[in-house]
Amino acid sequence: MIYLLLFWEFCKVGLFCVGGGYASMPLIQASVVDGYHWLSLKEFLDIFTISQMTPGPIGINAATFAGMKIAGVPGAVCATAGFVTPSLFLCIIVTRLILKYGDVAPIRRILNGLRPAVVALICSAGLGFVILSLWNSETVPQDFKETLDWRGIVLLTGAFIAVRMKVKVIKLLVFSGIAGLILGLAAERF
Amino acid sequence: MSDDQYQAVRNSTQHFYWKLFVSTFLISAFTVGGGFVIIPLLRAKYVDEYGWLDDKETLNLVSIAQSMPGVVACNSAIILGYRMAGIRGALTALLATILPPLVTICVIAVFYSAVAQNAYAQYILKGMQCGATAIIASVAYDLLKKQLKKRLALPLVIIAGTFVANYCFDINLMLLILIDAVIGLALMRDKRFS
Repeated sequence: MIYLLLFWEFCKVGLFCVGGGYASMPLIQASVVDGYHWLSLKEFLDIFTISQMTPGPIGINAATFAGMKIAGVPGAVCATAGFVTPSLFLCIIVTRLILKYGDVAPIRRILNGLRPAVVALICSAGLGFVILSLWNSETVPQDFKETLDWRGIVLLTGAFIAVRMKVKVIKLLVFSGIAGLILGLAAERF
Repeated sequence: MSDDQYQAVRNSTQHFYWKLFVSTFLISAFTVGGGFVIIPLLRAKYVDEYGWLDDKETLNLVSIAQSMPGVVACNSAIILGYRMAGIRGALTALLATILPPLVTICVIAVFYSAVAQNAYAQYILKGMQCGATAIIASVAYDLLKKQLKKRLALPLVIIAGTFVANYCFDINLMLLILIDAVIGLALMRDKRFS
């Protein structure tokens, strides 16, 4: 049953993703791309890209998009429902405990350990995306000099400078898209 | 506010659940970006406009939402909804938060499948992918810099260990997160770490 499997996989993602939207990406990738090969890394990066531009939390968008691509609208519903189910239970239980007993110190300590872990996971996901942008493949190829995509270098460098200059996300992605189209057409001609 | 006061506020509001659903739905439908954008909007609605929650308690509840697993925006909706109107409130607010992105993304996914093979769409997507990669690279850079500035050994060991285990040895992410949670629970009692 693909629907149950989707629900269960995203349940696990929802349970283990601590630290907001970006932190959910490596977990979704581990399950959907590396684990079950439901999506390629490129499709996954597309989801991430589209999630940045549409309303709603990135984690929910990614779960919905992945579910939709894998098993249509029912798949999207199952993935999203799975993703929020652990939150629903945990949030209610912990809120009850905190309203009753006050601050819960062990949660603080667990988060102290998880914050650096999230940094590592985001770095790891980011590195995968950088390699995909530069070589159009999931790992650095053997002939990495010949296969390097010059468009990727130009686009990525430009976009990175723009991000550091605090250009807003939507504007950045619109201009990156236009730049990608121009470079693509230029590469066709010459 | 006490529990009785919450109940009084709820009973004095006509169509409480419908209002809760519509206001949360609209906020979720028109907010691009994650929890840190949505929380101030929810607060403005629930606290300032409707007076359903008091200000100080909302801040406390939101800080719980940020430390729970899952999406911060959904957690906030669940917890604030729960505080206002129990389990029914939590379910109403959660449904109102996830429905708009669910519908939007389903529509976009259909378009995506239709145009993704087109050469021009590929060029545009390639550009936008590089843009999104730059965003996540920048987020990673900032987070890493912040950790390095603290000059604490243990978090850096966790970062290096988790990165190598995940990227080089492909060790199960959930296992890594569990291990790091146990390290935090056992060794990171000190205030410096928070």
